[in-house]
Amino acid sequence: MADLGEMIRESQIWKSIFRHPMPVDRRNRIVVMLTNFFLHLHPVSIKKQGIALSYTWCMGGVTFFLFLVETVTGVLLMFYYRPTVEWAYTDIQMLRDVHSLGLLREIHRWAAHAMVITVWLHMYRVFLTGSYKPPREFNWVLGVFLLLLTLLLSFTGYLLPWDQLAVWAITVGSNMARATPILGHEGPGQQLLTLGGVDMITNASDARFALLGAREVGEETLNRFYILHCIAIPLGVALLLAVHFWRVRKDGGISGPL
Amino acid sequence: MTHGLTDAQFFEKVSSFLGPFYIALALMNGLAALYLWRSGQLKTWLKLAKGIEIPNAIVWLAVAMGFAILGAVAGGGMAESLSLPESFREAINKSTGPVIYSAGTTVILIILFFFREFFVRPAVAWTIWNLMWLFLGLSMTDRDFFEIVAKPDNVPIVMLVFLLAFFTWLGTSQAVINDRRKENGEPPMEKLDNEKVLVWPDLVYPELICMIALTAFLIFWAIALPAPLEEAASSVKTPNPSKAPWYFLGLQEMLVYYDPWMAGVVLPSLIVAGLMAIPYLDFNKAGNGYYTIKERMFSYSIFQFGFLEMWITLIVLGTLLRGPNWNFFGPYEHWDAHKVQALNNVNLSEFFWENMLGRSLPGTLALADISASLDPSNWPSWIAWLGGIADPFLQFFSLLFGRELPGTLLVLGYFIALPPLMALTVLRNFYKRMGFIRFMVMANLLLFMGSLPIKMLLRWIFDLKYLISIPEYFFNF
Repeated sequence: MADLGEMIRESQIWKSIFRHPMPVDRRNRIVVMLTNFFLHLHPVSIKKQGIALSYTWCMGGVTFFLFLVETVTGVLLMFYYRPTVEWAYTDIQMLRDVHSLGLLREIHRWAAHAMVITVWLHMYRVFLTGSYKPPREFNWVLGVFLLLLTLLLSFTGYLLPWDQLAVWAITVGSNMARATPILGHEGPGQQLLTLGGVDMITNASDARFALLGAREVGEETLNRFYILHCIAIPLGVALLLAVHFWRVRKDGGISGPL
Repeated sequence: MTHGLTDAQFFEKVSSFLGPFYIALALMNGLAALYLWRSGQLKTWLKLAKGIEIPNAIVWLAVAMGFAILGAVAGGGMAESLSLPESFREAINKSTGPVIYSAGTTVILIILFFFREFFVRPAVAWTIWNLMWLFLGLSMTDRDFFEIVAKPDNVPIVMLVFLLAFFTWLGTSQAVINDRRKENGEPPMEKLDNEKVLVWPDLVYPELICMIALTAFLIFWAIALPAPLEEAASSVKTPNPSKAPWYFLGLQEMLVYYDPWMAGVVLPSLIVAGLMAIPYLDFNKAGNGYYTIKERMFSYSIFQFGFLEMWITLIVLGTLLRGPNWNFFGPYEHWDAHKVQALNNVNLSEFFWENMLGRSLPGTLALADISASLDPSNWPSWIAWLGGIADPFLQFFSLLFGRELPGTLLVLGYFIALPPLMALTVLRNFYKRMGFIRFMVMANLLLFMGSLPIKMLLRWIFDLKYLISIPEYFFNF
């Protein structure tokens, strides 16, 4: 058995994938961090304080992991889900009652709720330790953008099951856009945008219409939210996450007393 | 969810939850006792006669036994007996309302803050932690409480409350230690672990363990509790209450005090902008990279007030305590859709013109009014065209500085006169260190934030609806 392991680790294939011996000694534990793409997100060494759970709460890491869980379960759920008024609700029910992988939907939903909470806790920790202070100001700003995108991901995902909860929550939530100053058809200053007595901002041209793709939450909204939820926002999050992590390293790693 | 269940069926359902619930609490306390014993943190708490000493671990073990007995009683089908007295629940329902709730949570947070040195002591914190869970368990046997708290979409709120309690304790207790160290001239304790370790294995392994544990937790959660899924959508059956997703319910709660354009658009945008502005406004260099409260009292107290009081407790209020027609319901109160609450809120303009001066509200002004007095037949036709464009402006501003003048003056005074006043008086040092622009941005963000509690107080004390009310132009403040 030991010979087999030895044979595999000595093979050209193995060596072409892992460019270093097993990380069992100090040298190779350093090399593994530098040569592995997935690990190079980390520094090679870190202050003991920076990995103390009581200090970090691990909430940023947990949030990132939940994002990965959402991505994997989300992609699998897309196989079983059609974003149409006719099928959306039935497909979700089928996930619960028929498909053996239907548990993915429960995980996806709960992990989404959890992700909103862990983002808040992460920001809470970053605030309490004053980690937004120089030189990390801009990474905090990126973090606020990521918070926004997380909420938008959750908000767009809320509609997809097309049940009572979904449709009415989005109706109530998006009704606010009606009152956008100047750009909402029930917002202050809306009357100022008139041309020859014709209102330019109506319920078919205001901010809420842009959000929903229609006057009411309907087929167009479902399609719009589906694309935002599955493609547009995740791409934005992925991009910002990359910059966020990069900046953690470039701004001097995890914060600590100077 | 529990509709159509008889009482017996309901208690059966609750029993199947409360049995494991109390057993888990017993385990939690047993582990705490074990930890104290193994880590040599035993302390004598009680001295009985004849030299028998009771250490802390024994006390927690006794608590664990207590919970185990509760678990057995609940699991044994007698969950009904494990409830808060009816009279107590009635009293809570009767005494609570938006005022008591908001003022009460504020007072509690202030007490927790000022006596934090006492509350972060592990024994005290652990007692509170136990009491929170016990309160939840005892309340679950109330049908109305269960109905709200166990609704799948509300489960995250309960988790959020407990997680925040824990993490607030965790952060505060370290801040208290660091503040004490500072007074003794010692560096923060984060400085003690300055030694460097290799990321492989010291960080990579914990991360892997954390991922596995989280995956297990998510799978367990998904199996134990089905995710929210209600009946198929219907555009004709409007649920009452209609609620936004839970994380936006703080904003929806603000709709009670603000018009949608403020609660739904302007204030959320300002929250985001304000969060982004924090690092550029906070010029205090202390407290970078370690927990502390005393070294950053100003930013700390503002953030905690904004986050814990004006974001979290409003979400809890909006989710758990707002029922049909957005009326307030006590935690043990039935959500009766026919509950009537008198709404006799008055606008400041009505109060000023009608009640104080005893006259009717002033009207609006249009270009035609002016030209009419000057014989309109002599005016060229483009005046009428101009009037079409200018009239909305004219009308709006004649309302703003006519009918709504008292409120307009108050609001303008609040946002324009207060910042310079603050710069000259209480926040003089801030102004000197921040410069004009940064100070003005901060002052206005703070004033916007402060406008919510102010509007709440005005509503509760004077039944004030809006300071400025121009519904003709959807402009209410």
